[in-house]
Order: sequence, then C-alpha cells, then structure tokens
Amino acid sequence: MEYFLELICGGLTRGAIYALIALGYTMVYGIIGLINFAHGEIYMIGAFTAFIIATALTIYGFPLAAVVIVAGLAAAVWAAAYGYTVERIAYRPLRGAPRLSPLISAIGMSFFLQNYVLLAQTADFVPFPALIPDFDFLEPYSHIIGASDLVILATTAVVMVTLTCVIRYTTIGKAMRATAQDSAMALLLGINVNRVISITFIIGSALAAIGGLLVASHIGQINFYIGFLAGIKAFAAAVLGGIGSIPGAVLGGMLLGLTESFGTGYISSDYEDVFAFSLLVLILIFKPAGLLGKATVEKV
Amino acid sequence: MRLFHYALAAFLLLTAQPPLFAADTIKIGVAGAHSGDLASYGLPSLNAVKIVIDKTNAQGGVNGKQIELLAEDDACKPEMATNAATKLLSEGARLVIGHVCSGATKAALPIYKNAGVVVISPSATSPELTHSGEYPNFFRAIAPDDTQARIDVDFAINGLGAKNIAVIHDKGDYGKGFAEFAKKFIEDSGKAKVALFEGVTPGAVDYSAIVQKIKQSRADAVMFGGYHPEASKIVGMMKRKKLQAAFISDDGVKDMTFIKVAGKNAEGVYASGPKDTTNNPLSIQAFAEHRAMYQSDAGAFYENAYAAALAVVNALKATNGATDLPGLRQALRTEQVDTPLGTISFNAEGDAVGVGFSIFQVRNGQFVEVKQ
Repeated sequence: MEYFLELICGGLTRGAIYALIALGYTMVYGIIGLINFAHGEIYMIGAFTAFIIATALTIYGFPLAAVVIVAGLAAAVWAAAYGYTVERIAYRPLRGAPRLSPLISAIGMSFFLQNYVLLAQTADFVPFPALIPDFDFLEPYSHIIGASDLVILATTAVVMVTLTCVIRYTTIGKAMRATAQDSAMALLLGINVNRVISITFIIGSALAAIGGLLVASHIGQINFYIGFLAGIKAFAAAVLGGIGSIPGAVLGGMLLGLTESFGTGYISSDYEDVFAFSLLVLILIFKPAGLLGKATVEKV
Repeated sequence: MRLFHYALAAFLLLTAQPPLFAADTIKIGVAGAHSGDLASYGLPSLNAVKIVIDKTNAQGGVNGKQIELLAEDDACKPEMATNAATKLLSEGARLVIGHVCSGATKAALPIYKNAGVVVISPSATSPELTHSGEYPNFFRAIAPDDTQARIDVDFAINGLGAKNIAVIHDKGDYGKGFAEFAKKFIEDSGKAKVALFEGVTPGAVDYSAIVQKIKQSRADAVMFGGYHPEASKIVGMMKRKKLQAAFISDDGVKDMTFIKVAGKNAEGVYASGPKDTTNNPLSIQAFAEHRAMYQSDAGAFYENAYAAALAVVNALKATNGATDLPGLRQALRTEQVDTPLGTISFNAEGDAVGVGFSIFQVRNGQFVEVKQ
C-alpha cells in the first residue's frame, strides 16, 4: 500500500512538472495555432537564469527565502524577455505565412537557443542549489512525498487555477479568447492582436521559467539540453489533454506522469516511454482532439 | 625492343626483396587507425611502439638483430583491417601490435591466426576476442569490457557482503553492456541474487519511481551501468527516499563532474576506474619520452601500446629472437614485464594480468582507491 502511495506521489510530481511546461505550449497553440518548439528552451533558459542568480546571491550570503524569491522573479522576467523576443523576431514576421513556416522557424529557434546556451555557458552538467528547504512537518513522510514534490504540485495547481480565472474573467483574458476565435474580427473590434499574442508569450515563458527553477531544484542539476527532453514530454502531455485547453494540459501531464510511474513501478522502467506514448496513441485514436480539447472545424 | 628491356629491368628491380637485410631484422607490424576520424586513438600507439623500438635498437636490438617497424593504417574499419593484415604479412611482419578498434581487430585476427603470427592489441576491449578462445595468437594490454563488472561484483559480494543486488543501467551500449555482465557474474557467483534488472531513460525529469522500486526489492546494493548525470540524479533521489543501499558504478561515473554535481550525495559512492598510474616511474618516463620526441603530450592508449611493445621486446629476448607462435606465447604468459601500467603478464586467454581497474570510493569530495 505504501509502495502504491509512493508511486502515486512520484507520478503526480512528474506529471506536475510536465504540466507546468505544457501550459505554455497549450496557451500559445490556443491563440495562434502554433506549436512553439522553442518553449522547452525557454524553460531551460529560466533554469539557467535562476542558477546564475541563486548561486551569486548564495555566495553573498542572502537568506534562502530572499534567494528563492529574487531568483524566481529574475528567471521569470528574463525568460519572459526571451519569449517575447522569440515571438517578435521568429513568429510575427511569419504571421500570414503558411502554417509550416512558423513551425520550421520555431525549430530553428530551439536549436539556436540550445547552442547559444551551450556556447555562452557550458556543455557540462552544473549543480543546481537546493532552493526548496525540507519541511519539518513532512519529515515522517518524506520518503513518500518530499518538500520539493509538494511545492511543485502546489505551484502547478495554483498556476492552473489562476490562468483559468485570468482567461475567463479578465479583460485581457477576454481579448485572448477573442483573438483565438477569430483574430481578424478581433482586430476589427479594436483589439491589439499583436499585443495580446505578445502577452501570451510573456505569461507562458514566465511560467516555463518558474517550472525550470522548481524542476532544477528538484533534480539538482541542469545543462543546455534539459529543455529538449522535458519539452517533448510536455508537448505529449499538452496533446494528450487537448492542445489549447488549460485544464487539459494539467490533466494530460498528470496522466502521463502517473502512467510512467506505474509502468515503472509495476512492470518495467525499460518501457517507460513506450507506456507514455502508447497512452498518447490510444487517446488520439478515440479522441483525436485530446481529452478536454474541443473538436473544431479547421479555420481557413 | 630496348624499351622492353628497360621496362623489364624496372619491373625486376621493384619486385626484388633485399634478402640479406631482411634476415637481419625482426619485423614488427603496427596496425591501427593512423588516419581518419579515429586517428587520435591509433597514432599514440604508433608513437609508443616507435619509442620503444628505437630504445631497444639503440641498446643493440634483440639477440643482435635490429627491430624494424612496419606501420599499416586500417582507419578502424574492418574491411581495411583485413587488407592491412595481408599487407603486413606479405612484408614479413612476424609480430603485430594492434589493431586499435575491436571491430577491426576481430576482422584481421583470422588472417594472423592462419599465419601463426602473435597479435597484441593496446586497446581492443571487446570481451569475446579473448574469452571465445578462438584466437590463441591474440593478446591485449588493456582490460576487456567485462573486467569492470567482475571487479565491481566481487567487491559488492565479498567486500560489502551484499546478498541482493539491484542492477540498473541507462539503456546505452556501454551502460547496458556493463549491467549485463554484472548480472551474469552475480548469478554465477551463487552468493547473491539479482533483485532487479532495469534500464532508466537518460534525461528523465525524475527518477523517484525506479528508486521506490529498488527500495521495494529490498536490495542491499545498487549496481549502475552508465554515466554520471543519471548516477547523480539516482543517488540524490536515493538519499531523499531514505534508501541506504550501497551504490556501485563504473568508470563512466568515476569523474570529478559526478562529485561536483552530486555534492554531498556523492559521499560513499563506489565506482571502478582504471588503476592510477600517475605515480609509476615508468609511466612518468614514458610520457617524458613522448614529449621529448614529438613535442606534444601523448594521447589515448599510449601507455597500453607502450606496455604492449615492452612485452613484445621482452618476449623476443626470452625466445632469443625466435618468432614461432608456441615459443612467443609461452614467453608472453610466463615473463613478468615492468611497464607504465605496472608489472604485467598474460593469462591463458591472452588478457593482461595486472592491468585493469580498481574500486574507488568518494570520501570528502575525492575518489579514494579502496584497498581490498
């Protein structure tokens, strides 16, 4: 029974990690129908920014809480700047182009950012400081659920609820939905579509950076390639849940994480990816739009 | 007609061997990648053999005969290796130091075997080359791939008293190969059993499930085949999940990056790695000779090739310059030779005794050799 609980907690944490990254994929896709392959790299850049700031602040002897807050904010702002820039230079000029062009541009951006960090930082793994302290009240159960697992789960839940509320109840959320439904009509009604898209990229990138910080602190190491591997799984999670849907990204991430955890725990970790992608294939056969995705007619 | 005579004369001149000169030297072939993308693995061996042969010749050679070096490039390609072998034999090589890559060595060996020529590789680590028993003419001055698994398993069972060992690998050629040997040796030992045999996905965001599974299997030791990034994540997760089992790994983990990344979680981890030769005077001398002769630092397998060449020269001295297979084989097996790798001889299969790996443990942020 304890083993079962341990696997559930492990799977949920893994799923929450996927979900945090998947949210950015799904937001961008929901608005401009583009799969932003550079999103995994934004996550990696967030982790690196947090690493640099946190290491510097720790050396100067700042308290842990200050280090976490400053590093988190810096990572979010920095990654948001990257996300905004990527959109400006790689996607906006291709707004009217065929669907394939921005996709290729996104893949190019992904390669560019990876190699940029490789050259500017290092090819090696670097140790990431543990930013999440152990909680005393968790101590008796820490072999089942650790402090960083709890923080990751809570963050994902908070982010999902906040995002859903923002999109449903605020003005900018309304503008986002309008742009998603029909960007030409939204433009005619006086919505600055380009600004809405930029804001979407900024929010998605900041979330990815927070995810990067939490995951790096959880695993304890980063390198320039972490975004690619995490990005692929997160993309699968977004598609699984129905790309374009915020709760779908979280549900998809959780399902993927749990499947992998139980697959490893009860069958064999040799087939971890096989379980994950079999699940994806099965769901896409029966629900082509994903679990919570709306099957819409392709817009012209 | 006159032109024909000239042509004939030229033809004869080229086919003629200098028979008197040939009788006075012992020809040693050196085969390996001397060009192409793997040349960095082959050229240091060529340099090493040149240095040893020059030294031997300067001291009067073997039994009054000078040693002549014949170099042949195989670019680590099996199809080029067979050509290189045929060419070396036709040029009169009676001993060969090479080849460098396992695939090329395997392709060339049957040709040498038919000719009864002894072959010593400085670097071919494929286990079957010696373990299959097919090539009684083959020796090597490097430990085969399964040696690490054997030394790690011996250490886990006899050194740590482990009874229940979880074997984990990273699904790669190197890690999985190591893990499969480890599994076999654990099962063959009869003293311990394999609690778990599984591969993990490199680069995964979290290894908690596999660590929980290791815990569930009640393993008292974890044997990991792979490299340091996964190893550091797994030991970190083991610490977090309060799993006390000993962690034993291979030389993919015996790297300072592992200690740097895993930090205090690395403490107590065991990893096997090549024996430390930096304090061996012969090793220091060999590297100094390379710098003096080539004005650069020696590369991969330099010490191994140096050791192979010393073993060959020593065996030739023991047989008084005779190059027949039974005599040389006997000499290689019985003679102890001091080399940069330590004092070595060869066992019946052709593997070097005294070359190989030690177990290291992380203590206070350093790898410390564990004396057994």
